[in-house]
Amino acid sequence: MIPAEHYVLLSAVLFLVGGVGFLVRRNVLSTLMSIEVMLNAANLALVAFNRSRLAHGAAQVAEGQSHTGQVFVFFIIAAEAAEVAVGLAIVLAMYRLRRTVRSDEADLLKN
Amino acid sequence: MTGLGTAYFYVCALLALAGALGVVLSKNPIRGAMGLLLLILSVAGLFLALHAQFLAAIQLIVYAGAIVVLFLFVIMLLGPSASTPSDRRGLAARVFGGGLFGLTGLAAIWAVVAQQMRTHHTMPMPDPDASFGGIDAIGRVLFTDALVPFELSSALLMVAVIGAVAVAKGRQGTKTLSKAELEAGRTFHPGGVSEDLHHEGAAGVFHHEIHLGESPDAKESAP
Repeated sequence: MIPAEHYVLLSAVLFLVGGVGFLVRRNVLSTLMSIEVMLNAANLALVAFNRSRLAHGAAQVAEGQSHTGQVFVFFIIAAEAAEVAVGLAIVLAMYRLRRTVRSDEADLLKN
Repeated sequence: MTGLGTAYFYVCALLALAGALGVVLSKNPIRGAMGLLLLILSVAGLFLALHAQFLAAIQLIVYAGAIVVLFLFVIMLLGPSASTPSDRRGLAARVFGGGLFGLTGLAAIWAVVAQQMRTHHTMPMPDPDASFGGIDAIGRVLFTDALVPFELSSALLMVAVIGAVAVAKGRQGTKTLSKAELEAGRTFHPGGVSEDLHHEGAAGVFHHEIHLGESPDAKESAP
Protein backbone atom coordinates (compact mmCIF):
# COMPACT_ATOMS: atom_id res chain seq x y z
CA MET A 1 0.00 0.00 0.00
CA ILE A 2 1.44 3.32 -1.07
CA PRO A 3 1.18 5.84 1.78
CA ALA A 4 -0.80 9.01 1.13
CA GLU A 5 2.32 11.11 1.64
CA HIS A 6 3.73 9.84 -1.64
CA TYR A 7 0.69 11.08 -3.53
CA VAL A 8 0.93 14.48 -1.84
CA LEU A 9 4.66 14.69 -2.62
CA LEU A 10 4.03 13.84 -6.26
CA SER A 11 1.29 16.46 -6.33
CA ALA A 12 3.63 19.09 -4.89
CA VAL A 13 6.30 18.32 -7.48
CA LEU A 14 3.78 18.47 -10.33
CA PHE A 15 2.47 21.79 -9.01
CA LEU A 16 6.01 23.13 -8.88
CA VAL A 17 6.75 22.06 -12.46
CA GLY A 18 3.53 23.64 -13.68
CA GLY A 19 4.18 26.85 -11.78
CA VAL A 20 7.68 27.25 -13.16
CA GLY A 21 6.32 26.63 -16.64
CA PHE A 22 3.61 29.23 -16.09
CA LEU A 23 6.21 31.81 -15.07
CA VAL A 24 8.88 31.02 -17.66
CA ARG A 25 6.99 30.26 -20.86
CA ARG A 26 5.73 33.11 -23.03
CA ASN A 27 3.60 31.21 -25.47
CA VAL A 28 0.06 31.76 -24.20
CA LEU A 29 -0.96 28.22 -25.14
CA SER A 30 1.90 26.77 -23.11
CA THR A 31 0.95 29.04 -20.23
CA LEU A 32 -2.62 27.77 -20.26
CA MET A 33 -1.40 24.18 -20.38
CA SER A 34 0.86 24.86 -17.39
CA ILE A 35 -2.21 26.04 -15.48
CA GLU A 36 -3.84 22.73 -16.37
CA VAL A 37 -0.83 20.92 -14.91
CA MET A 38 -1.12 22.89 -11.67
CA LEU A 39 -4.84 22.19 -11.37
CA ASN A 40 -4.28 18.50 -11.98
CA ALA A 41 -1.70 18.47 -9.18
CA ALA A 42 -4.19 20.12 -6.82
CA ASN A 43 -6.84 17.57 -7.80
CA LEU A 44 -4.46 14.72 -7.05
CA ALA A 45 -3.72 16.12 -3.58
CA LEU A 46 -7.43 16.56 -2.84
CA VAL A 47 -8.27 13.00 -3.83
CA ALA A 48 -5.35 11.64 -1.80
CA PHE A 49 -6.43 13.58 1.31
CA ASN A 50 -10.00 12.40 0.83
CA ARG A 51 -8.81 8.80 0.68
CA SER A 52 -6.72 9.31 3.80
CA ARG A 53 -9.39 11.02 5.89
CA LEU A 54 -12.54 9.48 4.55
CA ALA A 55 -14.24 9.08 7.91
CA HIS A 56 -13.59 12.61 9.17
CA GLY A 57 -15.57 14.79 6.77
CA ALA A 58 -18.63 16.85 7.52
CA ALA A 59 -20.95 14.99 5.16
CA GLN A 60 -21.38 11.55 6.63
CA VAL A 61 -22.84 9.58 3.77
CA ALA A 62 -22.60 5.97 2.57
CA GLU A 63 -21.83 4.23 5.86
CA GLY A 64 -19.82 6.99 7.45
CA GLN A 65 -17.57 7.77 4.51
CA SER A 66 -17.18 11.30 3.26
CA HIS A 67 -16.66 12.26 -0.36
CA THR A 68 -15.92 15.92 0.31
CA GLY A 69 -12.57 16.00 -1.50
CA GLN A 70 -13.84 14.10 -4.51
CA VAL A 71 -16.87 16.37 -4.89
CA PHE A 72 -14.52 19.33 -4.62
CA VAL A 73 -12.46 17.89 -7.47
CA PHE A 74 -15.64 17.47 -9.50
CA PHE A 75 -16.38 21.18 -9.18
CA ILE A 76 -12.77 22.07 -9.95
CA ILE A 77 -13.04 20.11 -13.20
CA ALA A 78 -16.23 21.99 -14.09
CA ALA A 79 -14.61 25.35 -13.36
CA GLU A 80 -11.57 24.34 -15.35
CA ALA A 81 -13.60 23.51 -18.43
CA ALA A 82 -15.08 27.01 -18.22
CA GLU A 83 -11.61 28.51 -17.75
CA VAL A 84 -10.20 26.76 -20.80
CA ALA A 85 -13.14 27.78 -22.99
CA VAL A 86 -12.83 31.45 -22.08
CA GLY A 87 -9.01 31.38 -22.12
CA LEU A 88 -8.77 29.92 -25.59
CA ALA A 89 -11.38 32.39 -26.84
CA ILE A 90 -9.19 35.19 -25.48
CA VAL A 91 -6.16 33.65 -27.22
CA LEU A 92 -8.05 33.66 -30.51
CA ALA A 93 -9.20 37.25 -30.02
CA MET A 94 -5.64 38.31 -29.19
CA TYR A 95 -4.33 36.51 -32.27
CA ARG A 96 -6.90 38.27 -34.42
CA LEU A 97 -5.93 41.65 -33.02
CA ARG A 98 -2.14 41.33 -32.80
CA ARG A 99 -1.21 38.30 -34.96
CA THR A 100 0.78 36.81 -32.09
CA VAL A 101 0.35 34.34 -29.25
CA ARG A 102 3.17 35.69 -27.14
CA SER A 103 2.14 37.03 -23.79
CA ASP A 104 4.75 39.81 -23.74
CA GLU A 105 3.40 41.29 -26.97
CA ALA A 106 -0.06 41.76 -25.52
CA ASP A 107 0.75 45.29 -24.37
CA LEU A 108 -2.04 47.41 -25.83
CA LEU A 109 -2.86 48.75 -22.36
CA LYS A 110 0.78 49.55 -21.55
CA ASN A 111 1.68 53.19 -20.72
CA MET B 1 -0.02 -7.89 -4.81
CA THR B 2 1.48 -5.05 -2.84
CA GLY B 3 4.50 -5.11 -5.13
CA LEU B 4 2.20 -4.75 -8.09
CA GLY B 5 0.41 -1.78 -6.50
CA THR B 6 3.72 -0.11 -5.73
CA ALA B 7 4.98 -0.61 -9.26
CA TYR B 8 1.69 0.77 -10.61
CA PHE B 9 2.04 3.91 -8.50
CA TYR B 10 5.62 4.54 -9.55
CA VAL B 11 4.90 3.96 -13.24
CA CYS B 12 1.96 6.39 -13.10
CA ALA B 13 3.99 8.93 -11.12
CA LEU B 14 6.90 8.82 -13.56
CA LEU B 15 4.57 9.16 -16.54
CA ALA B 16 2.81 12.12 -14.89
CA LEU B 17 6.13 13.80 -14.21
CA ALA B 18 7.26 13.17 -17.79
CA GLY B 19 4.02 14.65 -19.08
CA ALA B 20 4.35 17.76 -16.92
CA LEU B 21 7.94 18.26 -18.04
CA GLY B 22 6.83 17.78 -21.63
CA VAL B 23 4.24 20.55 -21.24
CA VAL B 24 6.77 22.92 -19.74
CA LEU B 25 9.80 22.16 -21.91
CA SER B 26 8.42 21.54 -25.38
CA LYS B 27 8.82 24.29 -27.94
CA ASN B 28 6.01 22.96 -30.11
CA PRO B 29 2.55 23.42 -28.54
CA ILE B 30 1.32 20.19 -30.14
CA ARG B 31 3.95 18.27 -28.20
CA GLY B 32 2.92 20.21 -25.12
CA ALA B 33 -0.67 19.10 -25.63
CA MET B 34 0.52 15.51 -25.97
CA GLY B 35 2.44 15.88 -22.70
CA LEU B 36 -0.72 17.23 -21.10
CA LEU B 37 -2.59 14.18 -22.40
CA LEU B 38 0.02 11.87 -20.87
CA LEU B 39 -0.25 13.71 -17.54
CA ILE B 40 -4.04 13.47 -17.59
CA LEU B 41 -4.04 9.76 -18.36
CA SER B 42 -1.57 8.97 -15.59
CA VAL B 43 -3.42 11.14 -13.06
CA ALA B 44 -6.59 9.22 -13.99
CA GLY B 45 -4.66 6.03 -13.24
CA LEU B 46 -3.67 7.43 -9.84
CA PHE B 47 -7.32 8.32 -9.18
CA LEU B 48 -8.17 4.67 -9.80
CA ALA B 49 -5.57 3.61 -7.27
CA LEU B 50 -7.13 6.05 -4.76
CA HIS B 51 -10.65 4.58 -5.08
CA ALA B 52 -11.97 7.48 -7.14
CA GLN B 53 -13.41 5.59 -10.09
CA PHE B 54 -16.00 8.21 -11.00
CA LEU B 55 -13.40 10.97 -11.02
CA ALA B 56 -11.08 8.85 -13.17
CA ALA B 57 -13.86 8.49 -15.74
CA ILE B 58 -14.68 12.21 -15.56
CA GLN B 59 -10.99 13.01 -15.94
CA LEU B 60 -10.79 10.96 -19.13
CA ILE B 61 -14.02 12.32 -20.59
CA VAL B 62 -13.67 16.00 -19.71
CA TYR B 63 -9.91 16.49 -19.85
CA ALA B 64 -8.72 14.04 -22.47
CA GLY B 65 -11.92 14.17 -24.47
CA ALA B 66 -12.76 17.86 -24.35
CA ILE B 67 -10.01 20.08 -23.01
CA VAL B 68 -7.05 18.57 -24.86
CA VAL B 69 -9.09 18.40 -28.05
CA LEU B 70 -10.02 22.06 -27.61
CA PHE B 71 -6.35 22.92 -27.21
CA LEU B 72 -5.52 20.95 -30.36
CA PHE B 73 -8.32 22.73 -32.26
CA VAL B 74 -6.90 26.12 -31.35
CA ILE B 75 -3.31 25.10 -32.08
CA MET B 76 -4.26 23.82 -35.51
CA LEU B 77 -6.43 26.86 -36.18
CA LEU B 78 -3.47 29.11 -35.47
CA GLY B 79 -1.23 26.95 -37.64
CA PRO B 80 2.48 27.67 -37.72
CA SER B 81 2.10 30.85 -35.67
CA ALA B 82 1.05 28.78 -32.65
CA SER B 83 4.72 28.03 -31.96
CA THR B 84 6.71 31.13 -31.20
CA PRO B 85 10.38 31.42 -32.06
CA SER B 86 12.56 31.72 -29.01
CA ASP B 87 14.52 34.86 -28.31
CA ARG B 88 16.21 36.25 -25.25
CA ARG B 89 13.93 39.19 -24.54
CA GLY B 90 13.00 39.35 -20.88
CA LEU B 91 14.95 36.19 -20.19
CA ALA B 92 16.48 37.47 -16.94
CA ALA B 93 13.12 38.45 -15.44
CA ARG B 94 11.50 35.19 -16.44
CA VAL B 95 14.34 33.04 -15.16
CA PHE B 96 14.42 35.04 -11.93
CA GLY B 97 10.68 34.63 -11.36
CA GLY B 98 10.60 30.97 -12.27
CA GLY B 99 13.74 30.21 -10.29
CA LEU B 100 12.43 32.02 -7.23
CA PHE B 101 9.15 30.11 -7.39
CA GLY B 102 10.90 26.80 -7.99
CA LEU B 103 13.48 27.24 -5.23
CA THR B 104 10.87 28.41 -2.73
CA GLY B 105 8.69 25.43 -3.55
CA LEU B 106 11.60 23.02 -3.32
CA ALA B 107 12.57 24.48 0.06
CA ALA B 108 8.98 24.08 1.29
CA ILE B 109 8.85 20.48 0.11
CA TRP B 110 12.21 19.75 1.71
CA ALA B 111 11.08 21.29 5.02
CA VAL B 112 7.90 19.20 5.07
CA VAL B 113 9.75 16.01 4.17
CA ALA B 114 12.38 16.63 6.84
CA GLN B 115 9.68 17.22 9.43
CA GLN B 116 7.99 14.02 8.32
CA MET B 117 11.24 12.08 8.66
CA ARG B 118 11.77 13.45 12.16
CA THR B 119 8.32 12.83 13.62
CA HIS B 120 7.38 9.63 11.75
CA HIS B 121 3.79 10.81 11.83
CA THR B 122 2.01 9.09 8.97
CA MET B 123 -1.38 9.83 7.49
CA PRO B 124 -3.95 7.04 7.94
CA MET B 125 -4.97 5.08 4.87
CA PRO B 126 -8.14 3.24 5.86
CA ASP B 127 -9.76 0.78 3.50
CA PRO B 128 -13.01 2.19 2.12
CA ASP B 129 -16.14 0.36 1.08
CA ALA B 130 -16.38 -1.05 -2.39
CA SER B 131 -18.92 1.66 -3.24
CA PHE B 132 -16.59 4.50 -2.18
CA GLY B 133 -15.93 6.88 -5.03
CA GLY B 134 -18.43 5.20 -7.34
CA ILE B 135 -21.02 7.06 -9.34
CA ASP B 136 -23.87 6.29 -6.93
CA ALA B 137 -22.02 7.55 -3.86
CA ILE B 138 -20.81 10.74 -5.59
CA GLY B 139 -24.21 11.27 -7.16
CA ARG B 140 -25.90 11.04 -3.79
CA VAL B 141 -23.61 13.74 -2.41
CA LEU B 142 -24.07 15.90 -5.50
CA PHE B 143 -27.85 15.89 -5.25
CA THR B 144 -28.12 16.28 -1.49
CA ASP B 145 -25.34 18.17 0.23
CA ALA B 146 -23.77 19.78 -2.83
CA LEU B 147 -26.97 20.61 -4.70
CA VAL B 148 -26.56 24.40 -4.69
CA PRO B 149 -22.95 24.43 -5.96
CA PHE B 150 -23.92 21.81 -8.52
CA GLU B 151 -26.62 24.06 -9.96
CA LEU B 152 -24.30 27.05 -9.75
CA SER B 153 -21.64 25.16 -11.72
CA SER B 154 -24.15 24.63 -14.52
CA ALA B 155 -24.79 28.37 -14.54
CA LEU B 156 -21.02 28.95 -14.61
CA LEU B 157 -20.57 26.69 -17.61
CA MET B 158 -23.46 28.40 -19.41
CA VAL B 159 -21.99 31.86 -18.82
CA ALA B 160 -18.55 30.63 -19.86
CA VAL B 161 -19.86 29.25 -23.14
CA ILE B 162 -21.70 32.49 -23.92
CA GLY B 163 -18.63 34.52 -23.00
CA ALA B 164 -16.34 32.34 -25.09
CA VAL B 165 -18.56 32.73 -28.14
CA ALA B 166 -18.82 36.49 -27.61
CA VAL B 167 -15.07 36.93 -27.17
CA ALA B 168 -14.01 34.62 -29.99
CA LYS B 169 -16.49 36.00 -32.49
CA GLY B 170 -15.22 39.52 -32.09
CA ARG B 171 -16.99 42.75 -32.89
CA GLN B 172 -17.80 43.30 -36.53
CA GLY B 173 -16.02 46.29 -38.00
CA THR B 174 -13.02 46.22 -35.69
CA LYS B 175 -10.11 45.87 -38.03
CA THR B 176 -6.88 44.12 -37.26
CA LEU B 177 -3.98 46.36 -36.39
CA SER B 178 -1.00 46.16 -38.69
CA LYS B 179 2.56 46.40 -37.41
CA ALA B 180 2.97 50.04 -38.50
CA GLU B 181 -0.26 51.08 -36.84
CA LEU B 182 0.82 49.43 -33.64
CA GLU B 183 4.11 51.32 -33.69
CA ALA B 184 2.20 54.54 -34.35
CA GLY B 185 -0.06 53.82 -31.41
CA ARG B 186 2.87 53.05 -29.17
CA THR B 187 4.77 56.25 -29.93
CA PHE B 188 1.68 58.39 -29.54
CA HIS B 189 2.27 61.88 -28.15
CA PRO B 190 -0.51 63.35 -26.03
CA GLY B 191 -0.18 66.87 -27.39
CA GLY B 192 0.15 68.11 -30.96
CA VAL B 193 -0.67 65.04 -32.95
CA SER B 194 -1.95 65.15 -36.47
CA GLU B 195 -5.66 64.49 -36.86
CA ASP B 196 -5.28 61.64 -39.35
CA LEU B 197 -3.43 59.53 -36.80
CA HIS B 198 -6.39 60.01 -34.51
CA HIS B 199 -8.80 58.62 -37.02
CA GLU B 200 -6.77 56.28 -39.20
CA GLY B 201 -4.14 54.68 -37.01
CA ALA B 202 -4.25 52.57 -33.93
CA ALA B 203 -5.67 55.44 -31.91
CA GLY B 204 -8.70 55.48 -34.17
CA VAL B 205 -9.60 51.97 -33.14
CA PHE B 206 -9.17 52.87 -29.50
CA HIS B 207 -11.46 55.84 -29.93
CA HIS B 208 -14.03 53.62 -31.51
CA GLU B 209 -13.85 51.29 -28.55
CA ILE B 210 -13.90 54.00 -25.93
CA HIS B 211 -16.76 55.98 -27.42
CA LEU B 212 -19.01 52.99 -26.89
CA GLY B 213 -18.90 53.83 -23.21
CA GLU B 214 -19.73 57.52 -23.91
CA SER B 215 -16.88 58.69 -21.71
CA PRO B 216 -16.60 62.49 -21.88
CA ASP B 217 -12.79 62.52 -21.62
CA ALA B 218 -12.20 59.70 -24.07
CA LYS B 219 -9.90 61.88 -26.15
CA GLU B 220 -7.61 62.47 -23.21
CA SER B 221 -7.63 58.89 -21.99
CA ALA B 222 -6.58 57.46 -25.34
CA PRO B 223 -3.01 56.19 -25.22
